[in-house]
Amino acid sequence: MRTLTKFVEECSAGRLSEVLRRVGVNGIDELYRDLPKEVLLAKELSLPEPLKEMDLESHIGSLLEKNQTMGEFLVFLGGGLPPHYVPAAVDTITLRNEFYTSYTPYQPEISQGMLQALFEYQSMICDLTGMEVANSSMYDWATAAAEAIRMAIRVKGNKKVLLGANVGPERKKVIRTYLEPLGTEIVEVRYLHDSGRLDLSDLEGKAEGSCCLYIENPNFFGVLEKEALKAAEIVHTKGGLLIAGVDPISLALVKPPAEYGTDIVVGEGQILGGGLNFGGPALGIFACRADQSLVRQMPGRVIGMTTDLANTQRAFTMVLQTREQHIRREHATSNICSNEALMAVGALTYLALLGSDGLRNLALEIYNKAHYASKVLSELKDVNAPYFSGEFFQEFTIRFGSNGLEEIVRALIKRKIVPGIVLENDFPELKNTLLSCFTEVHKKTDIDRYAEALKEVIS
Amino acid sequence: MFRQAKWGEPLLIELSDYRCPTGGSVPEGIPKELCREELLLPNVQEQRVIRHFVRLSQMNFGVDTGTYPLGSCTMKYNPKLADRIVSNRKIRDLHPLQPVETTQGILQVLYELSQYLAEITGASKTSLVPAAGAHGELVGALMIRAAIKDRGEISTRREIIIPDSAHGTNPASASMAGFKVVKIPSDGDGLVDVEALKSTVGKATAGIMLTVPNTLGIFEKDILEIVKIVKEAGGYAYYDGANLNALLGVARPGDMGFDIIHLNLHKTFATPHGGGGPGAGPVCVSKNMEEFIPVPTVEFDGQKYYLNYNIPKSIGHVKGFYGNVSVLVRAYVYIRLLGAKGLKEAAERAVLNSNYLLSLLNKEFYEIPYGARAPRKHEFVAKVSDKLIEKGVSTKDIAKALLDYGVHAPTVYFPLIVEEALMIEPTETESFEEIEQYARILNEVAEKAYEDPERVKKTPYNTSVGRVDEVKASHPKTLCVNWSGIRRGES
Repeated sequence: MRTLTKFVEECSAGRLSEVLRRVGVNGIDELYRDLPKEVLLAKELSLPEPLKEMDLESHIGSLLEKNQTMGEFLVFLGGGLPPHYVPAAVDTITLRNEFYTSYTPYQPEISQGMLQALFEYQSMICDLTGMEVANSSMYDWATAAAEAIRMAIRVKGNKKVLLGANVGPERKKVIRTYLEPLGTEIVEVRYLHDSGRLDLSDLEGKAEGSCCLYIENPNFFGVLEKEALKAAEIVHTKGGLLIAGVDPISLALVKPPAEYGTDIVVGEGQILGGGLNFGGPALGIFACRADQSLVRQMPGRVIGMTTDLANTQRAFTMVLQTREQHIRREHATSNICSNEALMAVGALTYLALLGSDGLRNLALEIYNKAHYASKVLSELKDVNAPYFSGEFFQEFTIRFGSNGLEEIVRALIKRKIVPGIVLENDFPELKNTLLSCFTEVHKKTDIDRYAEALKEVIS
Repeated sequence: MFRQAKWGEPLLIELSDYRCPTGGSVPEGIPKELCREELLLPNVQEQRVIRHFVRLSQMNFGVDTGTYPLGSCTMKYNPKLADRIVSNRKIRDLHPLQPVETTQGILQVLYELSQYLAEITGASKTSLVPAAGAHGELVGALMIRAAIKDRGEISTRREIIIPDSAHGTNPASASMAGFKVVKIPSDGDGLVDVEALKSTVGKATAGIMLTVPNTLGIFEKDILEIVKIVKEAGGYAYYDGANLNALLGVARPGDMGFDIIHLNLHKTFATPHGGGGPGAGPVCVSKNMEEFIPVPTVEFDGQKYYLNYNIPKSIGHVKGFYGNVSVLVRAYVYIRLLGAKGLKEAAERAVLNSNYLLSLLNKEFYEIPYGARAPRKHEFVAKVSDKLIEKGVSTKDIAKALLDYGVHAPTVYFPLIVEEALMIEPTETESFEEIEQYARILNEVAEKAYEDPERVKKTPYNTSVGRVDEVKASHPKTLCVNWSGIRRGES
């Protein structure tokens, strides 16, 4: 049998008929004899003719050439996915065939490598966040946040949920989709219009009877929630949980969320060596305190350390599986099965390569770049940067004195600069306000070029 | 002979000084309330980091290592061209919030992929957003909810019907979408019991979730009637595409009348499984469901490609940004390499391989429950025979013994309607010789287990570790889910 692709073995006609005979049919079509005639496709699928590997590579290459990336463009977009350099060694590891062509380690004895790596990933996340139990990944930050809130609802047994008005708009939307079937009451807690921080007096007034408050630190405006501990105290007093969404790299400078009373931490792990990839695959970080009432309700796979039965050797395996869908079915804590394991291995490799010194230095470089940018931009006429007075890490708001931010952005794009996110689309009260992000991938000269172009455009 | 590496590789923290940064204090601009005092992470030299992970990888097993016939997971070969294409910096460095003028290339790829998937499934529109199969299921269940709500019947139509042979994700997804799960039994042939279905549907029925071919690897011969019964009762038909590999180019769920179909690109479309993920679980829908599809969709207006958020009745956002893009690109590569004929060839060969493997098993030890006359599709389920069980040998023992031969075990103890189940899916990319080899190993393992049950209970011997103590692993007193205990010198 000649085959069309090299992915299916070719064989002689004799060999094929030997196999068919063994199976007890005259042809492969007989194996489909139980399909109703009406559903058998009468014609071939209408798809493009197959391409040879070499031709396909050049075809896709020519399509992708139409994308403009860093290099041709200066991009100052964050919005939950700040750009970061990916060390080459991360790719070396995530492209190890034994890792990337394996699946969920259902047979732990032959999958110790992936299991140990995921255990180490969980440990690193615990080290960074101060939490005691991390799972081995969720799809992304937004779904992790949504699942964390659903978990809080199960733990607390009531359905009033508080969301900081200054958290990521896309996260808010995903949370709303995930909560809709539960008939949840979602209450937004205002932010302060001077600092950009959460308004604690508003929180105080709304916290009664809520199961949780979801905040982000830094929040969507890049501002650090320095009163997070007070927010935690308010929520805890009313019997709710604090869920915090974090930027894992910022945690090299910022207190672990455990130290300001956080019960569940979520965040975007894609920034740890995952590349941008037009937004995905991402890596949902999910961790909580070791409180049994929380751990029992956690979603996702958790890896534990144990030994072999003979107790002679350390070993790793999936644990606490009685929470999961393959055992608990409709009573499971979540439906998640496939997750983002390889992204977790990449994030672990990234953190291992950097270590505490490297991560601290990286965070400092980012902090310094962003603060340099705010200084240069604030020197421009009619530009208020940062607009919110709250301390920031890598991202800050810029308010323009005159109208016409859309035009300014268009003019900058013509100059091959994407300056940031126009906030008015999601925050109608924030007219003429831009959110720009600066990380280690931006050179000082890039920031200067941004400032100069902006000066030209607005004058 | 197979010997997996046994490195006894220490944990990263055991390889390093575990300490706070030596230089660079937290800047004054970080508010003192939030200033981090201690940042303890391992500090390991780069070469040692690489050795650490290379050694761990050598203690892992993938499709590129050997036969991996995990039922329902479609562990087929992953074409390497995709690896190179997704490493292109034109994807890697592309920010999702860039203006669409600067992302036309990737949007074209995504748009074309969504068209291909709609054609392959016989649907009219595709959402590429779901990150995994179960995520696609949740999206599908939420769409059914939205459609029922739109009809004003959400207070009465609260039930999703799911066969007892279904994957656990089906009931879990339906439940997350706010539905009550109604389980229907399988008949003597392992198929949906049509009479039971008829008596189950009614005014409370929101829909059915069906895996076709089912988890026994058998096609639902009454599929048209099943869909009709559900639809006439006012419900929707959801197709779980976990097993679509059997039907590529042969039959299409859309033509069978399904309203919503999810695909697992990491199964059917040869994207890698990544040790558990990332996968991708696009959802393809029929015309009547289009208005509920999640945002954004990728569209083409004849001039340019763009992201469409303007879908008023959409269930909304289900994930950040647009999906697992580099996984989607890999599936695009696969479809373009195979074309229509290649996809059909893959399906047919997958089915032949599964039936061939089944034909080679020693039925004294591996019984084939249900549907004696029904040809299996991409996978089949065998039951470890009582002859072995009575000797004290368990299905788990058989699975562990297989590992010693350098092959992966099938899925075990699933589906739940078969006791001592081995669910076996060889896929089209295993050669006949490899199929024969796997059958020989299965038969030999059974024979040896029958002769010497005590030995098989101690397997595996050749893997990185011997049989793992899973009870200790999950016991509250010994549960250890991070390395902090080791750090404190407790272990």
